[in-house]
Amino acid sequence: MSEPLALTGAPNEPSATGIVRALPSPAAAPARRRAFTEALAAWALAGPAVFFLLALFFLPVIGVFVIALTDWQFGALTLSFVGLANFREVFADDGFRASLVNTIVYVLIVVPGTLVFGLLIALLIESGKSCRSFYRAIHFLPFMATLTAMAVAWEALLHPTIGLVNQTLAAIGLPTANWLRDENTALPVLAVIGIWQNLGYAMVLFLAGLKSIPQDLYDAADIDGADLWLDRFRTVTLPLLGPVSMFVVIVVALRAFESFDTVKVLTQGGPGHASEMLLYTLYRESFEYLRTGYGAAVATSFSPSS
Amino acid sequence: MSINMHPNRLLQPSAIVRHAVLLTTGALILVPFVWMVSLSIKPPGEIFRASFSFWPAQIYGVENYTKALTEAPLPRYMGNGLIVCALILGLQILVCAPCAYALAKLRFPGRDLLFAMVLIGLLLPHQVLSLPLFVLSYQLGILNTYAALIFPYVVSPFGIFLFRQFFKTIPDDVVHAARLDGLSEIAIVWKIMVPMALPALAAFSIFSIVGHWNDLFWPLIAVRDESLMPPPLGIMAFKSEESGNDYGPLMAASTLIVLPLVVAFLAAQKWFVEGMTGGAVK
Repeated sequence: MSEPLALTGAPNEPSATGIVRALPSPAAAPARRRAFTEALAAWALAGPAVFFLLALFFLPVIGVFVIALTDWQFGALTLSFVGLANFREVFADDGFRASLVNTIVYVLIVVPGTLVFGLLIALLIESGKSCRSFYRAIHFLPFMATLTAMAVAWEALLHPTIGLVNQTLAAIGLPTANWLRDENTALPVLAVIGIWQNLGYAMVLFLAGLKSIPQDLYDAADIDGADLWLDRFRTVTLPLLGPVSMFVVIVVALRAFESFDTVKVLTQGGPGHASEMLLYTLYRESFEYLRTGYGAAVATSFSPSS
Repeated sequence: MSINMHPNRLLQPSAIVRHAVLLTTGALILVPFVWMVSLSIKPPGEIFRASFSFWPAQIYGVENYTKALTEAPLPRYMGNGLIVCALILGLQILVCAPCAYALAKLRFPGRDLLFAMVLIGLLLPHQVLSLPLFVLSYQLGILNTYAALIFPYVVSPFGIFLFRQFFKTIPDDVVHAARLDGLSEIAIVWKIMVPMALPALAAFSIFSIVGHWNDLFWPLIAVRDESLMPPPLGIMAFKSEESGNDYGPLMAASTLIVLPLVVAFLAAQKWFVEGMTGGAVK
């Protein structure tokens, strides 16, 4: 912790000598001295945070690149530069390509699904006065519940013989499936769970956005002849929710890119590579197969996509 | 919202539709929770005799919950979760609040650079750094200890950002007055700024605790010993031991792990929504 303080002392030296030179002007000296002590105090206060930001964020970023561009293996004492060999290996791998495509498909299902359901539920809640916080609480619940534990519950729900889903489908005469073991359904099912988990988040953001729309605008739209709910929705509500929607899209897309818990608990990427996603690939290659260079190359290709 | 403008014309039918739709979607949302609790109080025979009923014919809750609490070290997992979350949150506040105060209220060379670092940290997907962080914890010799679970999260860019935004809304006069009273800068942080920023503190605490109680990715990498596992990792260990044969105790364990946050959420809904949306919703 003393290191950043020593480091940050350096930029302040010029102002210290400045105090000496400015001495003839009696007003300037205390001001300079105050600026100097303020800067010193600021760096002392920020010091621990700076140290940990460097050690836990910026150094590891460099570390990932170093590992990705060399042949270093976990435990090895030497390393040599291998250029883009790790990246060539990663992108030549069918497993990685499947993982990349799956992640994109998953994001393309989860983001619009979350956006539409979140907005619809927010509009419905906001359209009346009663039970608002009750409905909000119910729909928000999955967002904060421990996903690993809820995935275990989903597994029971999707169980091929005793699961509620197949029992219901069979009872009303619809075809059943082995949802998590069928390569056609595994990824879509994970996406449904993704929407289930995130729509409450989109909902509360839309509720906040709806509250901030001034009533005047609806009155003005009324005067302009927007009598129907749909007209007012199209001309006032939807355009004014633009920024909120943008925010929801970005945050939900980031969360969807980082999906891991449901893959790990429910499918382990299978069957085959049908439900493998990037973060799971990163985890398995780096920490189960200990393919360090490969894992680092996945990590560096993962960051720009998210 | 807009329907409210014509209450006399639309209230009755639209209100009924509203409640009908929201109760339906709400029920669908709750199905996994209800099914989990339902299986947790059913005897094995009833679980495997496929049936629709949510309520068991024979209540087997005591047996399942006892099994969950004794056969798996569930109290230990939850205790680990509590220790790890508390230490992470405490350290985060200790490290982030002074830095946020410097960024919000002090002028110093490098302030913009530091703030840029915070924003970059905020945008980095943390899992990408897991490999170097794993190597680092190996070098420090802390793999498979509480320290390994905690150290990557000692500084929270989001915490610095949130506190800075809140501190900026506190008038400068408050700081000047405190200085005239002879308070040092560090005393101003802990005696003036943090107590005034309780809403931000509450929101950040919830954000941090929920995030780390629920985290599976890093604990999976950092610890191997069952005695160190936080709840999500514990439930996975329990699941692979039971290998899917004993749903009742597994569901009981899941219920117990989800329960503390759900209860806290229902008790303080507003704070949770604010904390988990990053202060975007007031």
